[in-house]
Amino acid sequence: MLVFTLLVFAGSLAAGLLGALTGLGGGVVLVPLLTLVFHVDIRYAIGASLISVIATSSGAAAAYVREGYSSVRIGMFLEVATTLGAVLGAFLAAKVPTRALAIIFGAVLIYSAWLSWRSCRSTHAEAEIDNLSSDKLKLSGSYPGPDGQQIEYKVDRIPQGFAMMFGAGTLSGLLGIGSGAVKVLAMDRIMRIPFKVSTTTSNFMIGVTAAASAGIYLRRGYIDPGVAAPVMLGVLFGAVTGAKILGRARVAVLRTVFTFVILVLGVEMIVNGWLGRL
Amino acid sequence: MRFLLDDKRMEQAMGVLLRFGVVMASTVVLAGAAFYLQDHAHQFVDYRSFVAHPLSLERRAELFAGIRRGKADAIIEVGILLLIATPVARVVFAVVAFALERDRLYTAISVGVLAVLVYSLLFGT
Repeated sequence: MLVFTLLVFAGSLAAGLLGALTGLGGGVVLVPLLTLVFHVDIRYAIGASLISVIATSSGAAAAYVREGYSSVRIGMFLEVATTLGAVLGAFLAAKVPTRALAIIFGAVLIYSAWLSWRSCRSTHAEAEIDNLSSDKLKLSGSYPGPDGQQIEYKVDRIPQGFAMMFGAGTLSGLLGIGSGAVKVLAMDRIMRIPFKVSTTTSNFMIGVTAAASAGIYLRRGYIDPGVAAPVMLGVLFGAVTGAKILGRARVAVLRTVFTFVILVLGVEMIVNGWLGRL
Repeated sequence: MRFLLDDKRMEQAMGVLLRFGVVMASTVVLAGAAFYLQDHAHQFVDYRSFVAHPLSLERRAELFAGIRRGKADAIIEVGILLLIATPVARVVFAVVAFALERDRLYTAISVGVLAVLVYSLLFGT
Protein backbone atom coordinates (compact mmCIF):
# COMPACT_ATOMS: atom_id res chain seq x y z
CA MET A 1 0.00 0.00 0.00
CA LEU A 2 2.77 2.40 0.97
CA VAL A 3 4.65 1.74 -2.27
CA PHE A 4 1.48 2.00 -4.34
CA THR A 5 0.52 5.33 -2.72
CA LEU A 6 3.99 6.82 -3.17
CA LEU A 7 4.22 5.72 -6.82
CA VAL A 8 0.75 7.06 -7.59
CA PHE A 9 1.69 10.32 -5.86
CA ALA A 10 4.91 10.61 -7.89
CA GLY A 11 3.11 9.82 -11.15
CA SER A 12 0.39 12.38 -10.41
CA LEU A 13 3.03 14.97 -9.52
CA ALA A 14 4.68 14.48 -12.91
CA ALA A 15 1.31 14.63 -14.68
CA GLY A 16 0.36 17.87 -12.90
CA LEU A 17 3.76 19.42 -13.58
CA LEU A 18 3.72 18.58 -17.31
CA GLY A 19 0.08 19.57 -17.59
CA ALA A 20 0.73 23.02 -16.15
CA LEU A 21 3.93 23.58 -18.16
CA THR A 22 2.39 22.64 -21.48
CA GLY A 23 -1.06 24.07 -20.81
CA LEU A 24 -2.64 20.78 -21.80
CA GLY A 25 -3.82 19.90 -18.29
CA GLY A 26 -2.75 16.92 -16.20
CA GLY A 27 -6.12 15.19 -16.25
CA VAL A 28 -5.78 13.71 -19.71
CA VAL A 29 -2.75 11.59 -18.82
CA LEU A 30 -3.90 10.64 -15.32
CA VAL A 31 -6.53 8.10 -16.30
CA PRO A 32 -4.26 6.24 -18.76
CA LEU A 33 -1.47 6.36 -16.17
CA LEU A 34 -3.66 4.85 -13.46
CA THR A 35 -5.26 2.22 -15.68
CA LEU A 36 -2.36 1.18 -17.93
CA VAL A 37 0.52 1.46 -15.45
CA PHE A 38 -1.07 0.90 -12.04
CA HIS A 39 -3.90 -1.38 -13.23
CA VAL A 40 -6.53 0.59 -11.36
CA ASP A 41 -10.13 0.05 -12.50
CA ILE A 42 -11.08 2.80 -14.92
CA ARG A 43 -13.98 3.94 -12.69
CA TYR A 44 -11.65 4.62 -9.74
CA ALA A 45 -9.25 6.32 -12.15
CA ILE A 46 -11.96 8.60 -13.55
CA GLY A 47 -13.16 9.46 -10.03
CA ALA A 48 -9.68 10.36 -8.79
CA SER A 49 -8.97 12.36 -11.95
CA LEU A 50 -12.16 14.39 -11.56
CA ILE A 51 -11.21 15.34 -7.99
CA SER A 52 -7.75 16.46 -9.12
CA VAL A 53 -9.36 18.56 -11.85
CA ILE A 54 -11.38 20.49 -9.26
CA ALA A 55 -8.25 20.99 -7.16
CA THR A 56 -6.06 22.37 -9.95
CA SER A 57 -8.79 24.57 -11.38
CA SER A 58 -9.54 26.17 -8.03
CA GLY A 59 -5.88 26.35 -7.03
CA ALA A 60 -4.89 28.22 -10.19
CA ALA A 61 -7.85 30.61 -10.06
CA ALA A 62 -6.27 33.23 -7.79
CA ALA A 63 -3.28 33.59 -10.12
CA TYR A 64 -5.50 33.92 -13.20
CA VAL A 65 -7.74 36.52 -11.58
CA ARG A 66 -4.79 38.78 -10.88
CA GLU A 67 -4.07 39.04 -14.61
CA GLY A 68 -7.56 40.44 -15.18
CA TYR A 69 -8.41 38.53 -18.36
CA SER A 70 -11.17 36.19 -17.20
CA SER A 71 -14.82 37.14 -17.60
CA VAL A 72 -17.16 36.07 -14.82
CA ARG A 73 -20.20 36.70 -17.04
CA ILE A 74 -19.07 34.57 -19.99
CA GLY A 75 -18.03 31.89 -17.50
CA MET A 76 -21.30 31.85 -15.58
CA PHE A 77 -23.44 31.93 -18.73
CA LEU A 78 -21.61 29.01 -20.33
CA GLU A 79 -21.53 27.07 -17.05
CA VAL A 80 -25.28 26.57 -17.49
CA ALA A 81 -24.39 24.44 -20.53
CA THR A 82 -21.33 22.68 -19.07
CA THR A 83 -22.98 21.70 -15.77
CA LEU A 84 -26.04 20.28 -17.54
CA GLY A 85 -23.69 18.40 -19.87
CA ALA A 86 -21.67 17.15 -16.89
CA VAL A 87 -24.77 15.70 -15.24
CA LEU A 88 -25.65 13.91 -18.48
CA GLY A 89 -22.06 12.67 -18.83
CA ALA A 90 -22.00 11.31 -15.28
CA PHE A 91 -25.30 9.48 -15.93
CA LEU A 92 -23.88 8.01 -19.15
CA ALA A 93 -20.67 6.92 -17.39
CA ALA A 94 -22.66 4.29 -15.50
CA LYS A 95 -24.44 3.03 -18.62
CA VAL A 96 -21.45 2.78 -20.93
CA PRO A 97 -19.35 -0.42 -20.53
CA THR A 98 -15.81 0.23 -19.25
CA ARG A 99 -14.26 -1.09 -22.48
CA ALA A 100 -16.15 1.51 -24.48
CA LEU A 101 -15.09 4.18 -21.95
CA ALA A 102 -11.47 3.27 -22.59
CA ILE A 103 -11.94 3.52 -26.35
CA ILE A 104 -13.71 6.90 -26.12
CA PHE A 105 -10.95 8.10 -23.81
CA GLY A 106 -8.32 7.00 -26.32
CA ALA A 107 -10.09 8.85 -29.12
CA VAL A 108 -10.20 12.04 -27.00
CA LEU A 109 -6.47 11.70 -26.27
CA ILE A 110 -5.60 11.36 -29.95
CA TYR A 111 -7.83 14.30 -30.80
CA SER A 112 -6.21 16.54 -28.17
CA ALA A 113 -2.76 15.53 -29.42
CA TRP A 114 -3.86 16.59 -32.87
CA LEU A 115 -5.24 19.89 -31.56
CA SER A 116 -2.02 20.61 -29.72
CA TRP A 117 -0.06 19.87 -32.88
CA ARG A 118 -2.16 22.26 -34.92
CA SER A 119 -2.42 25.08 -32.38
CA CYS A 120 1.07 26.35 -33.25
CA ARG A 121 -0.21 27.92 -36.46
CA SER A 122 -3.63 29.33 -35.82
CA THR A 123 -5.21 32.54 -36.93
CA HIS A 124 -7.70 34.43 -34.89
CA ALA A 125 -10.70 36.28 -36.24
CA GLU A 126 -12.41 39.04 -34.29
CA ALA A 127 -16.17 39.06 -33.85
CA GLU A 128 -18.18 41.45 -35.96
CA ILE A 129 -18.75 44.74 -34.24
CA ASP A 130 -22.52 44.86 -34.56
CA ASN A 131 -23.57 41.86 -32.55
CA LEU A 132 -26.88 42.33 -30.78
CA SER A 133 -27.22 39.21 -28.62
CA SER A 134 -23.71 39.70 -27.26
CA ASP A 135 -24.82 43.03 -25.79
CA LYS A 136 -28.21 41.78 -24.71
CA LEU A 137 -26.60 39.02 -22.64
CA LYS A 138 -23.94 41.48 -21.45
CA LEU A 139 -21.21 39.10 -22.61
CA SER A 140 -19.07 41.73 -24.30
CA GLY A 141 -16.21 43.00 -22.22
CA SER A 142 -12.68 44.27 -22.26
CA TYR A 143 -9.27 43.11 -21.15
CA PRO A 144 -5.97 44.87 -20.36
CA GLY A 145 -3.85 45.35 -23.48
CA PRO A 146 -0.04 45.40 -23.63
CA ASP A 147 0.26 49.14 -23.04
CA GLY A 148 -2.29 49.42 -20.26
CA GLN A 149 -5.39 50.45 -22.24
CA GLN A 150 -8.53 48.32 -22.24
CA ILE A 151 -9.26 46.34 -25.40
CA GLU A 152 -12.97 45.84 -26.10
CA TYR A 153 -14.32 42.57 -27.46
CA LYS A 154 -17.67 41.08 -28.41
CA VAL A 155 -18.92 37.53 -28.45
CA ASP A 156 -20.06 35.84 -31.64
CA ARG A 157 -22.13 32.73 -32.52
CA ILE A 158 -23.52 32.26 -29.00
CA PRO A 159 -25.92 29.33 -29.71
CA GLN A 160 -23.18 27.27 -31.39
CA GLY A 161 -20.74 28.01 -28.58
CA PHE A 162 -23.36 27.11 -25.99
CA ALA A 163 -24.04 23.79 -27.72
CA MET A 164 -20.35 22.93 -27.86
CA MET A 165 -20.02 23.77 -24.16
CA PHE A 166 -22.76 21.26 -23.43
CA GLY A 167 -20.67 18.69 -25.29
CA ALA A 168 -17.55 19.68 -23.35
CA GLY A 169 -19.49 19.20 -20.09
CA THR A 170 -20.73 15.77 -21.18
CA LEU A 171 -17.20 14.68 -22.01
CA SER A 172 -15.99 15.97 -18.65
CA GLY A 173 -18.67 14.06 -16.74
CA LEU A 174 -18.18 10.91 -18.79
CA LEU A 175 -14.39 10.70 -18.56
CA GLY A 176 -13.50 12.68 -15.42
CA ILE A 177 -11.40 15.19 -17.32
CA GLY A 178 -11.50 18.99 -17.34
CA SER A 179 -11.99 19.09 -21.14
CA GLY A 180 -10.34 22.51 -21.09
CA ALA A 181 -9.17 22.11 -24.68
CA VAL A 182 -12.74 21.76 -25.95
CA LYS A 183 -13.87 24.72 -23.84
CA VAL A 184 -11.11 26.94 -25.20
CA LEU A 185 -11.91 25.74 -28.71
CA ALA A 186 -15.57 26.70 -28.26
CA MET A 187 -14.75 30.17 -26.91
CA ASP A 188 -11.76 31.01 -29.05
CA ARG A 189 -12.66 29.49 -32.42
CA ILE A 190 -16.46 29.50 -32.41
CA MET A 191 -17.42 32.47 -30.25
CA ARG A 192 -14.32 34.44 -31.26
CA ILE A 193 -13.45 35.46 -27.73
CA PRO A 194 -9.81 36.59 -27.37
CA PHE A 195 -7.49 33.68 -26.59
CA LYS A 196 -6.28 34.93 -23.19
CA VAL A 197 -9.87 35.55 -22.08
CA SER A 198 -10.84 32.07 -23.31
CA THR A 199 -8.11 30.17 -21.47
CA THR A 200 -8.49 31.97 -18.13
CA THR A 201 -12.30 31.81 -18.19
CA SER A 202 -12.11 28.13 -19.14
CA ASN A 203 -10.03 27.46 -16.02
CA PHE A 204 -12.81 28.84 -13.81
CA MET A 205 -15.44 26.83 -15.64
CA ILE A 206 -13.56 23.54 -15.30
CA GLY A 207 -13.97 23.45 -11.50
CA VAL A 208 -17.70 24.18 -11.54
CA THR A 209 -18.27 21.67 -14.36
CA ALA A 210 -16.38 18.95 -12.51
CA ALA A 211 -18.27 19.69 -9.28
CA ALA A 212 -21.53 19.00 -11.15
CA SER A 213 -20.53 15.38 -11.81
CA ALA A 214 -18.52 14.85 -8.59
CA GLY A 215 -21.64 14.38 -6.46
CA ILE A 216 -22.87 11.64 -8.78
CA TYR A 217 -19.45 9.95 -8.82
CA LEU A 218 -19.27 10.09 -5.04
CA ARG A 219 -22.64 8.42 -4.69
CA ARG A 220 -21.64 5.63 -7.04
CA GLY A 221 -18.42 4.94 -5.16
CA TYR A 222 -16.11 6.02 -8.00
CA ILE A 223 -14.08 8.16 -5.62
CA ASP A 224 -12.00 5.82 -3.47
CA PRO A 225 -10.03 7.59 -0.72
CA GLY A 226 -6.98 5.34 -1.22
CA VAL A 227 -6.66 6.36 -4.88
CA ALA A 228 -8.12 9.87 -4.84
CA ALA A 229 -5.96 11.24 -1.99
CA PRO A 230 -2.49 10.66 -3.52
CA VAL A 231 -3.73 11.66 -6.99
CA MET A 232 -5.31 14.91 -5.80
CA LEU A 233 -2.29 15.95 -3.70
CA GLY A 234 0.20 14.92 -6.39
CA VAL A 235 -1.49 16.74 -9.25
CA LEU A 236 -2.08 19.85 -7.13
CA PHE A 237 1.57 20.14 -6.01
CA GLY A 238 2.74 19.36 -9.54
CA ALA A 239 0.52 22.02 -11.06
CA VAL A 240 1.51 24.68 -8.49
CA THR A 241 5.21 23.94 -9.07
CA GLY A 242 4.69 23.94 -12.83
CA ALA A 243 3.01 27.35 -12.74
CA LYS A 244 5.95 28.74 -10.72
CA ILE A 245 8.70 27.56 -13.07
CA LEU A 246 6.71 28.24 -16.21
CA GLY A 247 8.84 31.25 -17.22
CA ARG A 248 12.09 29.33 -17.04
CA ALA A 249 11.19 26.05 -18.74
CA ARG A 250 11.70 25.21 -22.41
CA VAL A 251 8.02 24.82 -23.11
CA ALA A 252 8.23 24.18 -26.87
CA VAL A 253 10.29 21.01 -26.52
CA LEU A 254 8.22 19.81 -23.56
CA ARG A 255 5.04 20.39 -25.50
CA THR A 256 6.19 18.30 -28.43
CA VAL A 257 7.23 15.47 -26.11
CA PHE A 258 3.98 15.65 -24.14
CA THR A 259 1.90 15.69 -27.33
CA PHE A 260 3.68 12.51 -28.42
CA VAL A 261 3.07 10.90 -25.00
CA ILE A 262 -0.64 11.73 -25.24
CA LEU A 263 -0.80 10.21 -28.73
CA VAL A 264 0.86 6.97 -27.59
CA LEU A 265 -1.39 6.74 -24.51
CA GLY A 266 -4.43 7.29 -26.73
CA VAL A 267 -3.49 4.36 -28.97
CA GLU A 268 -2.76 2.19 -25.90
CA MET A 269 -6.15 3.01 -24.39
CA ILE A 270 -7.97 2.08 -27.60
CA VAL A 271 -6.03 -1.17 -28.05
CA ASN A 272 -6.50 -2.24 -24.44
CA GLY A 273 -10.15 -1.24 -24.47
CA TRP A 274 -10.72 -3.18 -27.66
CA LEU A 275 -9.05 -6.28 -26.27
CA GLY A 276 -10.93 -5.89 -22.98
CA ARG A 277 -7.77 -5.74 -20.90
CA LEU A 278 -8.84 -2.77 -18.79
CA MET B 1 -17.67 51.48 -16.03
CA ARG B 2 -18.97 51.02 -12.52
CA PHE B 3 -20.20 47.54 -13.36
CA LEU B 4 -16.87 46.59 -14.84
CA LEU B 5 -15.07 47.57 -11.65
CA ASP B 6 -17.54 45.61 -9.58
CA ASP B 7 -17.07 42.55 -11.78
CA LYS B 8 -13.32 42.71 -11.35
CA ARG B 9 -13.63 43.02 -7.60
CA MET B 10 -16.03 40.09 -7.60
CA GLU B 11 -13.54 37.97 -9.50
CA GLN B 12 -10.72 38.85 -7.14
CA ALA B 13 -12.80 37.81 -4.15
CA MET B 14 -13.68 34.58 -5.97
CA GLY B 15 -10.01 33.82 -6.56
CA VAL B 16 -9.25 34.22 -2.85
CA LEU B 17 -12.28 32.12 -1.95
CA LEU B 18 -11.21 29.30 -4.30
CA ARG B 19 -7.63 29.28 -3.04
CA PHE B 20 -8.80 29.23 0.56
CA GLY B 21 -11.06 26.25 -0.19
CA VAL B 22 -8.31 24.30 -1.92
CA VAL B 23 -5.76 24.90 0.83
CA MET B 24 -8.28 23.84 3.47
CA ALA B 25 -9.39 20.74 1.53
CA SER B 26 -5.88 19.58 0.68
CA THR B 27 -4.72 20.01 4.28
CA VAL B 28 -7.56 17.77 5.46
CA VAL B 29 -6.87 15.21 2.71
CA LEU B 30 -3.14 15.24 3.55
CA ALA B 31 -3.88 14.57 7.22
CA GLY B 32 -6.32 11.82 6.25
CA ALA B 33 -3.80 10.25 3.86
CA ALA B 34 -1.15 10.17 6.60
CA PHE B 35 -3.53 8.32 8.94
CA TYR B 36 -4.58 6.08 6.06
CA LEU B 37 -1.01 5.00 5.39
CA GLN B 38 -0.43 4.42 9.08
CA ASP B 39 -3.36 2.01 9.16
CA HIS B 40 -2.91 0.33 5.80
CA ALA B 41 0.83 0.63 5.09
CA HIS B 42 1.52 -3.07 4.89
CA GLN B 43 -1.77 -4.16 3.46
CA PHE B 44 -1.96 -5.55 -0.04
CA VAL B 45 -4.17 -3.49 -2.29
CA ASP B 46 -6.01 -4.36 -5.44
CA TYR B 47 -7.88 -1.65 -7.30
CA ARG B 48 -8.16 -3.88 -10.36
CA SER B 49 -11.72 -4.81 -9.52
CA PHE B 50 -14.36 -2.23 -8.82
CA VAL B 51 -16.25 -2.46 -5.53
CA ALA B 52 -18.65 0.39 -4.98
CA HIS B 53 -18.76 1.46 -1.37
CA PRO B 54 -20.15 4.95 -1.47
CA LEU B 55 -19.30 6.71 1.75
CA SER B 56 -21.28 9.79 0.99
CA LEU B 57 -23.92 12.26 1.98
CA GLU B 58 -26.53 9.52 2.05
CA ARG B 59 -24.69 7.73 4.78
CA ARG B 60 -24.23 10.82 6.87
CA ALA B 61 -24.43 8.88 10.14
CA GLU B 62 -21.70 6.50 9.04
CA LEU B 63 -19.51 9.36 7.91
CA PHE B 64 -19.90 11.28 11.18
CA ALA B 65 -19.23 8.12 13.21
CA GLY B 66 -16.07 7.60 11.15
CA ILE B 67 -14.90 11.14 11.85
CA ARG B 68 -15.55 10.76 15.57
CA ARG B 69 -13.48 7.58 15.67
CA GLY B 70 -10.79 9.31 13.62
CA LYS B 71 -11.11 6.87 10.73
CA ALA B 72 -8.71 7.83 7.96
CA ASP B 73 -11.02 7.27 5.00
CA ALA B 74 -13.72 9.38 6.65
CA ILE B 75 -11.23 12.25 7.07
CA ILE B 76 -10.18 12.00 3.40
CA GLU B 77 -13.85 11.96 2.46
CA VAL B 78 -14.43 15.19 4.39
CA GLY B 79 -11.50 16.78 2.56
CA ILE B 80 -12.96 15.71 -0.78
CA LEU B 81 -16.37 17.10 0.18
CA LEU B 82 -14.70 20.41 1.12
CA LEU B 83 -13.00 20.43 -2.26
CA ILE B 84 -16.26 19.82 -4.12
CA ALA B 85 -17.89 22.56 -2.03
CA THR B 86 -15.27 25.10 -3.17
CA PRO B 87 -16.54 25.76 -6.72
CA VAL B 88 -20.10 25.51 -5.40
CA ALA B 89 -19.28 28.29 -2.92
CA ARG B 90 -18.01 30.35 -5.83
CA VAL B 91 -21.38 30.06 -7.57
CA VAL B 92 -23.22 30.97 -4.34
CA PHE B 93 -20.95 33.99 -4.08
CA ALA B 94 -21.79 34.95 -7.67
CA VAL B 95 -25.53 34.79 -6.93
CA VAL B 96 -25.10 37.20 -4.02
CA ALA B 97 -22.71 39.50 -5.88
CA PHE B 98 -24.92 39.78 -8.98
CA ALA B 99 -27.94 40.38 -6.74
CA LEU B 100 -26.05 43.22 -5.05
CA GLU B 101 -25.19 44.64 -8.49
CA ARG B 102 -28.95 44.47 -9.17
CA ASP B 103 -28.23 42.46 -12.30
CA ARG B 104 -31.39 40.35 -12.55
CA LEU B 105 -30.33 38.43 -15.66
CA TYR B 106 -27.06 37.23 -14.17
CA THR B 107 -28.56 36.55 -10.77
CA ALA B 108 -31.00 34.23 -12.56
CA ILE B 109 -28.23 32.58 -14.61
CA SER B 110 -26.14 31.97 -11.47
CA VAL B 111 -29.16 30.55 -9.64
CA GLY B 112 -29.64 28.19 -12.60
CA VAL B 113 -26.06 26.92 -12.36
CA LEU B 114 -26.44 26.54 -8.60
CA ALA B 115 -29.66 24.57 -9.08
CA VAL B 116 -27.91 22.07 -11.38
CA LEU B 117 -25.07 21.68 -8.87
CA VAL B 118 -27.40 21.18 -5.92
CA TYR B 119 -29.50 18.71 -7.90
CA SER B 120 -26.49 16.57 -8.79
CA LEU B 121 -25.00 16.72 -5.30
CA LEU B 122 -28.21 15.82 -3.50
CA PHE B 123 -30.28 13.75 -5.90
CA GLY B 124 -28.06 12.50 -8.71
CA THR B 125 -27.36 8.80 -8.79
